[in-house]
Amino acid sequence: MKPFAFTQPKDVDGVLAQLALDGARPVAGGTNLLDLMKEGVMSPSQLVDINLLDKTGLDGIEASEGGLRLGALARNADTAYHDTVRKRYPLLSSAILAGASPQLRNMATNGGNLLQRTRCVYFYDVGTPCNKREPGTGCPAKHGINRQLAILGTSEQCIATHPSDMCVALRALDASVHVRSASGERVIPFAEFHRLPGDRPELDSTLQPGELITHITLPDADRFVKHSAYIKVRDRLSYAFALVSVAAALDLAEDGTIRAARIALGGVAHKPWRVEEAEQQLAGQPASETVFAAAAERILQGARGYGQNDFKLTLAKNAIVQALTTAMRGTEHAKGERA
Amino acid sequence: MDLYQQYPIRLRINGQEREFDVESWVTLLDLLRERAGLTGTKKGCDHGQCGACTVLVDGKRINSCLTLAVMQNDHEVTTIEGLAEGAQEDDALHPLQQAFIDHDAFQCGYCTPGQICSAAGLIAEGQAKTVDDVRELMSGNLCRCGAYPGITQAVIQVMGIKQDAKPGVASGADGFTTGAVLT
Repeated sequence: MKPFAFTQPKDVDGVLAQLALDGARPVAGGTNLLDLMKEGVMSPSQLVDINLLDKTGLDGIEASEGGLRLGALARNADTAYHDTVRKRYPLLSSAILAGASPQLRNMATNGGNLLQRTRCVYFYDVGTPCNKREPGTGCPAKHGINRQLAILGTSEQCIATHPSDMCVALRALDASVHVRSASGERVIPFAEFHRLPGDRPELDSTLQPGELITHITLPDADRFVKHSAYIKVRDRLSYAFALVSVAAALDLAEDGTIRAARIALGGVAHKPWRVEEAEQQLAGQPASETVFAAAAERILQGARGYGQNDFKLTLAKNAIVQALTTAMRGTEHAKGERA
Repeated sequence: MDLYQQYPIRLRINGQEREFDVESWVTLLDLLRERAGLTGTKKGCDHGQCGACTVLVDGKRINSCLTLAVMQNDHEVTTIEGLAEGAQEDDALHPLQQAFIDHDAFQCGYCTPGQICSAAGLIAEGQAKTVDDVRELMSGNLCRCGAYPGITQAVIQVMGIKQDAKPGVASGADGFTTGAVLT
């Protein structure tokens, strides 16, 4: 790691003052940032340790206004195993537990999960060009090692994927990201938090310099509790990033008619991928593999492979049908019992 | 701004108060091994991918390679050296240490301190109910000798889990946390 200054402010205002300095980055769990610093991919001149903000309640998890409020500093493990999250947001719990390892989930925070960076091998290898790491140097991934990389929303400059599982569920459940800076607070709808690479692949999100994520809110999702599923397809059964993942949730009438559907994909784009038009087409239809397959076709419209990841076009469609079918049969809760 | 500044920190390591002056970039792992003289905790990948550096901080298992020593100021760290009952060589081993011996749960032994600290964390978390849960929730610790069957047996013996228990929270068999449910 390159030498850096270190501060540990005790309150949010103290953190914001430090974050306003050039080259300053917040650190909480450190699981991704410190690794990137060891690799020389990121080299902030100052780390602002925000862990002392737990004493200001930034690590809270609570039901609020018919929904859920997740503190940015709450750990991924504490979030996934929280009683309210398990009972009322099983999709979120499943998605978090599908990611990383128990040790990493004990360290990683909710805010940090949103800000983790792509695991594209070229982004990590400072000996190669990468438009995300060094804008203008090129993208070897398009014709190189791209098994893990994107098939939707790519640009000439970047085909990186966002690596989070948690964010896929947050997108499906219409979360909002609450941020603070020296100039005030604002709320970013989850759909607008992560961005597509376009011609600015160095920007992962719309978070501005000097802004700190304070918490994430989710609206009530009780109607999806009985029928949700997170399916993650990867090269080994555990502790690997997704090739494709699907967060699926259904609100079903007694006769099996779909009242509402939510489908978000991970591992396929620079942000969690969701096509609301496909969900609207499902509404009013009987839940069946046929209508799920039609939704999958719609969601994958415009997808393209880059060689090694061509298989994802088929895999993603199948995973969508699998996830919706699993959700239709009933959410599988902690004890292996169906809701 | 002095980038090479030393930061005074205080840690409680295996029940002992210890004080250090460290540069900002020193990881907890490097502090344990090179400044605290506790080389039981191992450096495998140094990137949070292998679990060899697993220790308990305030009772929770973490990868000590991915946190800075300065970030752990005022916290309590337990390493493999602190798991046994006492500090003497003939003192009783931690039940996990004994179970690893009983089940021959290692070959080269390099991953073992991390495996045992991870298992101690797993037991404290209380989420694992079945053999499959244990496998899933030990997935952050790699063993390149392939001693996994012995490791799993050692952990379930200490937990009192029977081989034929039904799938639970992390089994994969119910699709709750792991890969695709193949139907």
